[in-house]
Amino acid sequence: MIKAFYQTVAAGLTVFGSLGAQSAKVDFTRDIQPILAKSCYGCHGPKLQMGGLRLDAKKLALAGGQSGKAIEPLKAANSTLYIRVAGIGDQARMPMGGKPLDPAQVKLLKAWIDEGAEWPEATGAEITEIKKHWAYIPPKRPALPAVANSRWISNPIDTFILARLEKEGIAPSPEADRTTLLRRVSLDLIGLPPSIEEVDAFLKDKSKNAYEKQVDRLLASPHYGERWGRHWLDAARYADSDGYEKDKMRQVWAYRDWVIKAFNRDLPFSQFVIDQIAGDLLPNATQDQLVATGFLRNSMINEEGGVDPEQFRMEAMFDRIDAIGKGVLGVTIQCAQCHNHKFDPLTQEEYYKIFAFLNNSHEADIAVYTPDEQMKRAEVFRRIREVEADVQHRNPDWQDRMTAWETKVKSGQAAWTVVKPEVDDISTGGQKYLPLKDGSFLAQGYAPTKHRVKMTVKTDVQNITAFQLELLNDPNLPLGGPGRSTKGTGALTEFEVESAPVDDPAKITKIKFARATADINLPETPLEPMFDDKSKKRRVTGPIEFAIDGKDETAWGIDAGPGLRNQPRKAVFTAAEPIANPKGTVLTFYLKQNHGGWNSDDNQNNNLGRIRLSITAAANAEADPLPKNVREILSIPADQRSPAQTATVFTYWRTTGPEWKDANATIAELWKQHPEGAAQLVLQAREESRETHILTRGDFLKPTKQVNAGVPAFLNPLPADAPPTRLTFARWLVARDAPTTARALVNRTWQTYFGTGLVSTVEDLGKQSETPSHPELLDWLAVEVMDRGWSMKALHRLIVTSATYKESSRMTPEMYTRDPYNRLLARGPRFRVDAEIVRDIALSASGLLNPKIGGPSVFPPAPEFLFLPPASYGPKVWNTAKNEDRFRRALYTFRYRSIPYPMLQVFDAPNGDISCVRRSRSNTPLQALTTLNEPLFLESARALAMRTLQEGGKTDAQRINYAVRRCMSRNPTEQETAELTRLLEKETKHFGDDGAKPWELATTDPTQPPVLPKGATPAQLAGWTAVSRVLLNLDETITKE
Amino acid sequence: MNPADERKLLLTRRHFFGSAGAGIGTAALASLLGQDAKASGGLTGFPNFAPKAKRVIYLFQHGAPSQLDLFDYKPNLQKVRGAELPESVRMGQRLTGMTAYQAKFPTAPSLFKFEQQGQSGAWLSELLPHTSKIADQICVIRSMQTEAINHDPAVTFFQTGFQIAGRPSIGAWISYGLGSESQDLPAFVVMVSQGSGNTQALADRQWGSGFLPTKYQAVKFRSGADPVLYLSNPSGYSDAARRHFLDDLAKLNDLKLKDYQDPEIATRISQYEMAYKMQSSVPELADVSKEPESTFEMYGPDSRKPGTYAANCILARRLAERGVRFIQLFHRGWDQHNNLPKEIRGQCRETDQPSAALIQDLKQRGMLDDTLVVWGGEFGRTVYSQGVLTEDNYGRDHHPRCFSLWMAGGGIKGGVTHGETDEFSYNIVKDPVEVYDLHATILHCLGVDHTKLTFKFQGRHFRLTDVHGKVVREVLA
Repeated sequence: MIKAFYQTVAAGLTVFGSLGAQSAKVDFTRDIQPILAKSCYGCHGPKLQMGGLRLDAKKLALAGGQSGKAIEPLKAANSTLYIRVAGIGDQARMPMGGKPLDPAQVKLLKAWIDEGAEWPEATGAEITEIKKHWAYIPPKRPALPAVANSRWISNPIDTFILARLEKEGIAPSPEADRTTLLRRVSLDLIGLPPSIEEVDAFLKDKSKNAYEKQVDRLLASPHYGERWGRHWLDAARYADSDGYEKDKMRQVWAYRDWVIKAFNRDLPFSQFVIDQIAGDLLPNATQDQLVATGFLRNSMINEEGGVDPEQFRMEAMFDRIDAIGKGVLGVTIQCAQCHNHKFDPLTQEEYYKIFAFLNNSHEADIAVYTPDEQMKRAEVFRRIREVEADVQHRNPDWQDRMTAWETKVKSGQAAWTVVKPEVDDISTGGQKYLPLKDGSFLAQGYAPTKHRVKMTVKTDVQNITAFQLELLNDPNLPLGGPGRSTKGTGALTEFEVESAPVDDPAKITKIKFARATADINLPETPLEPMFDDKSKKRRVTGPIEFAIDGKDETAWGIDAGPGLRNQPRKAVFTAAEPIANPKGTVLTFYLKQNHGGWNSDDNQNNNLGRIRLSITAAANAEADPLPKNVREILSIPADQRSPAQTATVFTYWRTTGPEWKDANATIAELWKQHPEGAAQLVLQAREESRETHILTRGDFLKPTKQVNAGVPAFLNPLPADAPPTRLTFARWLVARDAPTTARALVNRTWQTYFGTGLVSTVEDLGKQSETPSHPELLDWLAVEVMDRGWSMKALHRLIVTSATYKESSRMTPEMYTRDPYNRLLARGPRFRVDAEIVRDIALSASGLLNPKIGGPSVFPPAPEFLFLPPASYGPKVWNTAKNEDRFRRALYTFRYRSIPYPMLQVFDAPNGDISCVRRSRSNTPLQALTTLNEPLFLESARALAMRTLQEGGKTDAQRINYAVRRCMSRNPTEQETAELTRLLEKETKHFGDDGAKPWELATTDPTQPPVLPKGATPAQLAGWTAVSRVLLNLDETITKE
Repeated sequence: MNPADERKLLLTRRHFFGSAGAGIGTAALASLLGQDAKASGGLTGFPNFAPKAKRVIYLFQHGAPSQLDLFDYKPNLQKVRGAELPESVRMGQRLTGMTAYQAKFPTAPSLFKFEQQGQSGAWLSELLPHTSKIADQICVIRSMQTEAINHDPAVTFFQTGFQIAGRPSIGAWISYGLGSESQDLPAFVVMVSQGSGNTQALADRQWGSGFLPTKYQAVKFRSGADPVLYLSNPSGYSDAARRHFLDDLAKLNDLKLKDYQDPEIATRISQYEMAYKMQSSVPELADVSKEPESTFEMYGPDSRKPGTYAANCILARRLAERGVRFIQLFHRGWDQHNNLPKEIRGQCRETDQPSAALIQDLKQRGMLDDTLVVWGGEFGRTVYSQGVLTEDNYGRDHHPRCFSLWMAGGGIKGGVTHGETDEFSYNIVKDPVEVYDLHATILHCLGVDHTKLTFKFQGRHFRLTDVHGKVVREVLA
């Protein structure tokens, strides 16, 4: 409509224009160029070509920009240049944000175009191409610059740094002292300070490569993966909950552990990226490679009641592209979700071409096992095979007998007609029933813990005798379903059917069932605590009869235990009387699913996940006892089956033989030893691809043109004939000719060491980015990291062994004035460590640190009120660890997106809502309050005090020395020792006074004071606690110096 | 902003608190950098013009109050009670998943009586007897609209000007632009209270700083002994001991500063000093025991109970008195999908009197002239009933196309009703106000041109109003 409108207006103007046209022709140089120069060149000229449009060069101006042609000679009405400056149509008037052209100027421009847009060759003809932005040209290894003071050089990094310093006439700082250096490199490589013993060993080591040995030790430490993994987890927006309203817990720690392991085994960065974007598509993908795709799944999920799941799938897609843009490409691409990128040459269409690569995946959830669990599984499977082999051995004729059995069970199956009912959406309790092509429904979105879905269908089938309910697997369900509980199981409280004649729909009859059968009938079992509904009733699951007994407390259960539970199931409900209505029947099904817990905002649903209903007129229909996969194999001629298929049939068949009761019981027992494993969100390719459309302003309800997978023209091309898969895209991201990927990687790494990247805008190397402080160094490092096979450890080693890295971070006012942000690197880096390391330093200094690596996230102390309304939406689980988990490294702290852990939040840890590659580094009073008073910091101070008294030496001077070294690695200065001694004496005296309560400060629970070292007093311990608290709060303690 | 600029900001603007106290650190810092430690914070050139309001108290009614039962009087609806909402009104608009498949959309007129109030004659519901008394001081906007239809994105949109998480909240923008006026309290404070009605989630990021430095995020205050997390010292510490402790700490940090000359150390020293001050100023702020009896009478019975909306309203006034720039209260429980008449009575009982009292209280203290107060939720509610419409019960689903909120105080014309909706309160027929416009207007009252308050991130100058927003001149005084 709007388009039609402006065309009309434009047409009107054309008429008017031609009537009022002057006889004198518009002259470009005289009339037009001054207008363009004044109003347009700022953004569409030599410096900037926003939207890819440049108006000071004839060829380029006439070629147009990303939005197409700007000038259509003879047709001003079709020329965006005219349309936009005239303010016609729905787009913002040009010049954007500037003073509009006056009407006379607009008229001139229009007349010029209508007259043919003549542009003299002499004006701007020499410029024929838009100069490529530096970051979009693949890096080449630059020559090393010449330097005067070559003795200072340790490796090529220093050459580039020194060349610039010499140009500026500044000398580099001397090398930092050994202790400082070891603390610096320890914090950088493993995120923990060195122990006193490690410092002493380094100080004693007089060998030439003493420092290199330390670097090797640190790079080989398993804590290296924790430190650098955490860094990547920011980019991967890792969190342990869904985000948005309900912010339910999710299990994704396997991904976090994969990241840590990937760093520890120095997985090349290129492979690191490929695994995360498309690990599932690699041939014979390992569990690790599947887990890696959790990277893309770290997006938030909204299960607020009333949401359209597709809207939030789209938002997750945008989020994934944003994470790839920031974390891998170092290019801002999300702007193009709504419009062509204004600064970088990325069109909206190209954005959706990238989108198309990622659009064909299931949002899958799989079971994963730790290495120990994997061994246990292998053991269970081996022993089951042994028992089965034994059965076969004892029954040499088993194959003949099985064949005879097959013949028997092959026939007599009822023919089922799948019905595709309408779902009554008021009855769903807010859950979405997404219809699939095979007639099944997939449960999605909000998951009520109790609801009774109503489904209605008309059918012509006569003499309906029975109804079949199939529970099917689906990759989008927890652990593949078939249920929606966190284990992928569900429960059917009650199954009811009503019928009515089509020609008399009000004549409703409730169907009475003669019996119900199912392929799984478990013994009566009380519900697990996770499904507690606070009713205090005894609620159970059990055999299929429980679904037709009219009782709300009983349900048909399908949880067959670990390793066996995520299989398709079926039940058949036989009507007491066949249903016959000559004109057809209206059937209404009610599936009551009331066996969830009390809180629908938590993971407490026990719903069915994917269901399909069918009907039959066959007599004596009952649930096929054979599992779906066995039934499918039977349709394959026996001689064409694989050994595995034959084994699958055997495994079922042996369960039917009463003579193998003992063997069956042994195997059932073995299954109970199968580990539970953990869940992990992953991607799984869909067989059928989705269409991708450009979305107007990113709105999922406004799809326009369909696009195919592709990549932006300004970046490296795709290999010819590459299939349009995620794997192709992943490989493209890390191709040797990818211009930004390696630069972004080394830039981000540089930022971590020196506080600022060589380009300070690490998330954006595009046209709006800052000019690199050392462009040649950036390119050199980018080429170097690729030449070294994308080895991260090689990159780290290179940086930390440079003379630049080893410089002292001492400053002078002159230095500060000259280079306040240390971009020239005439001194070493000095800044407060990241949030997690602030905590880790306190735990490490106090000796409380539990160095365990990996596993489920943990719950250190946190204020209880945070997890209750009104601070949180609903009550959230936070079972504060009482054991060693309390003292795990901070990266293992459970991360709820909606309730960031206070200590980490206050020190600028991102909460994982979106990808973050550059943290703030603030310095606030709330941080002071945290390190002063937060429970774990206090516990650390107390533990450090106790340890100092126990192990710190015989004299107070020795002990002060010890405590200082635990916190800052170095020895105290004389002045510091004097201050600390004074403080110790004052505090000890104070706590020794009558009426003082030393235990209040010196222990967490004064009613259970710890055993003091021999000869020590509570006042002494309190005095040391005060000293420790000072030490843990010093700037230097939480600073990398 | 790159970290270098960020640091510069920190070093030169004494952010977080206005002028820094006279700790050792500050002195050292000032001498080291030769800067005036008394600068009050905020960006150079801000405010852009003389502000009408110095601070904002934003009373966020979380969950979306029904405009139909509070502000948007539709007498003619009684005649079509129970009738299907005409398709000509609905025009196939998107509905939430909760009623999208509802077979019927019965028109549900409000159960509540409306009367004209004050000299201005504004129509207000009987649910708001106290707000009715301040009718001439408030400006009701009946033509708000939003693009979001679900709570979390809608609140995110109101708070950050964008539906998807990641941008700075309005309070963060304002503290970034204008700094703080308080010596010993943060620039941006948030308090959350729980209503009796149906509640929706509220994530911390709603008052986050997005891509702005994290120091601009709100500090969340709560009721109880520790209004700010970790404010209390461990037991066994006397006040004097606390002072000595910090002096010792400062001395040691100062030794390091002298050796290394890193201004960051000076900043840390001064932040410990600030923390010390907060340990007094925050409890003093939260301690309402010295408020006269008349205060509690004015704010209503709930105001004696810590943590309630009424108690938070008193704290809001006390924060305003102490120069806090942006004070935001969230009262939850306005999500009346079902049982609206019962639940909304409860919500109004909790909020009506304290909200009105806050206006009166500010007025009597002469602070209403330079304090902007905003009252409203994230969207409106449907005219048709969600679920069954009965004699005395109905529910209302989310409705983004029109809803009401009110503003009062600094820069706002009282006694004005702005904008109009159709007979069904379904579509706006006059003067639509977008969320961006509200943001532009709030900034305008603070003397800020919304197009000038920008922050460069990922190569782009971002602003609260993105590329939108126009000041609603009609509501300005």
